[in-house]
Amino acid sequence: MASAAKAKQLDFAKTPINSKLSAQQKVRLLTEMVRIRRFETESLRQYQAKKMGGFLHLYNGQESVAVGCVSLMGDDDHVITAYRDHGHALAVGMTMNECMAELFGKVTGCSKGKGGSMHFFAPDKNYWGGHGIVAGQTPLGLGLAYALKYKGVKGAAMCFMGDGAVNQGCFYESLNMAALFEIPVVYIIENNGYSMGTSLARSSSFKSCLAERAEGFNIAWAQCNGTDIYEVRANVQTAIERAHNESKPTVLEIATYRYYGHSVADAKHTGGYRQKEEIEHYKQNHDPIQVFKRRLIEEGTLTEEKYEQLDEAAKAEAAAAAQFADESPIPSEESITQDVYFEVDRQTEAGRTGKHFFNS
Amino acid sequence: MALIEYRDALNQAFAEEMERDPNVVLMGEEVAEYDGAYKVTRGLWQRFGSKRVMDTPISEAGFIGMGIGASMLGIRPVMELMFWSFAAVAWDQIINNAAQVRYMSGGLINCPIVIRGPANGGTNVGATHSHNHENFLANIPGLKVVCPATAYDAKGLMKSAIRDNDPVMFMENTLLYGEKGEVPEAEYLIPLGKADVKREGTDISLIAHGRAALTALKAAELLAAEHNINAEVVDLRSIRPLDEEAILASVRKTHRAVYIEENKPFCGVGAQIASMLQEKAFDDLDAPVLRISSMDAPAIYSPELEKKQLPRPLDIVEKVLSIC
Repeated sequence: MASAAKAKQLDFAKTPINSKLSAQQKVRLLTEMVRIRRFETESLRQYQAKKMGGFLHLYNGQESVAVGCVSLMGDDDHVITAYRDHGHALAVGMTMNECMAELFGKVTGCSKGKGGSMHFFAPDKNYWGGHGIVAGQTPLGLGLAYALKYKGVKGAAMCFMGDGAVNQGCFYESLNMAALFEIPVVYIIENNGYSMGTSLARSSSFKSCLAERAEGFNIAWAQCNGTDIYEVRANVQTAIERAHNESKPTVLEIATYRYYGHSVADAKHTGGYRQKEEIEHYKQNHDPIQVFKRRLIEEGTLTEEKYEQLDEAAKAEAAAAAQFADESPIPSEESITQDVYFEVDRQTEAGRTGKHFFNS
Repeated sequence: MALIEYRDALNQAFAEEMERDPNVVLMGEEVAEYDGAYKVTRGLWQRFGSKRVMDTPISEAGFIGMGIGASMLGIRPVMELMFWSFAAVAWDQIINNAAQVRYMSGGLINCPIVIRGPANGGTNVGATHSHNHENFLANIPGLKVVCPATAYDAKGLMKSAIRDNDPVMFMENTLLYGEKGEVPEAEYLIPLGKADVKREGTDISLIAHGRAALTALKAAELLAAEHNINAEVVDLRSIRPLDEEAILASVRKTHRAVYIEENKPFCGVGAQIASMLQEKAFDDLDAPVLRISSMDAPAIYSPELEKKQLPRPLDIVEKVLSIC
């Protein structure tokens, strides 16, 4: 079993998209995963220190998915995701400062403190959120990809979603149209095994896996394991190429795991709907950071010492982000009614005509 | 000026804006090859082709959401809901995505989308197909809501709606699609947020939106002919943005106001206007502001009764006589 797993790992390292990676690029992939891990851990600390309100859905354990997928983005590829969105945000290049400040509800946040944890956006980095309603982003992802095709751009939209999102109707409406209109969208199901506190077995009926449901729409699909970032990259690359070259959709299911609850308010996640041993087993055997780190050390790309350095740097970056967020001002009261209407914000003729707000 | 149907006025607006801007696309159920369930998009698929005029499956949440996503990347979709009643199926996309994404992104994103279709009762199709959503949607900051009553207004407002950079909910009326009105040959636009005084008067302000504005006009003629009351009719045309100044100017002149709408009464548009008038024109009012809405029950099917459920000219006359 162990040798079979090892052989499989080697295979993905040998796929062209991975074999051409330079040592520097490999370390970069690891660094990005570590940065996400450290950011999330710092966020949890700050949440517990009551520096932020609302929900906090942590990405710890799933880092290989966001980093692996985003690492393949070209200039015309786009990303949209659900509410567990910090990992994707950092992966596309948003700074820890703007993300942490958003969690703190500060004016220096990526959404000026108006969106919060579930609503990070960076359209300049082709990152379209950050969406709070389960599966609500799936038609939006379709629309982004439709727009690329309409404009004649060779690009893809990667639309991330959790395993809990696969049972919402708008996802199937989107799949049908994606196939019908040949839209270059890649639906990436991050299957962490739980839709909030309900396990996959208790929430979804399926034959062999969730992605297989695409079969009924005549959409190409694949299932892979998220433990190995190379496996993620190899599978996503196939999907992106299909989008670019054939303008066709893909449904890709990636098995992954979250170490914390659905949100930090989910106290029952350990010892409740899942056992501590399950979490420990995953951390010991499938942690995407540890697995990739070991591989890079084994092949001589990385040393333990260098790993410590990059980990410390990520930790320091996250701590500095928390300090930046803490020291940032809160948004002004006037800003409550800004960023509602484009035309009003720009004070165009349309924005100056008629009453848009009814506070008095 | 040409005398054309309301539906053709809209059709002209689409064609002109599609000629003007290659990013304008039409989408919806039956809008292309079938020419539209109510023929509002007649001939446009043949003229502009499948890329610009696209039939969608019956998937309101899916295709409205697709349009919103496309608008974030700069496409200007004009999405048809065969009935605005079906928006209930797409509520999450409209309310959580189109209306909120600008705000939640701190102003980084905007959605230049028009969602349009008929929103009216009175056609004996039962409660599921007879909703008026304008008060619901005008309640959501981030959305704009437009309800034209005439062919002229429909064209001018639609052109502005398509050029607008915010999501515009455009509510038409199946009972008006065949109504003819004068529409100029030359290009014109009507800004959103500008009311239209459709009849000048001195004794009372009949304020309305959508088809109710036409009902108010008929009532005004009856009031003039039979009761010597000279009513002014103010058609809001756009609910949000709202032309408060036009309403206040009229009421300051007439000192009496009745709001007429085909919405239900609870939290209807008239409730907002009545509240505003008592706050801002209290000293100008010589009588309470009254409201006429559709009767507060689901839309009844029975054809004879449904006519009575919606505001009729005589209902308005009666209400006016109670305060004049």
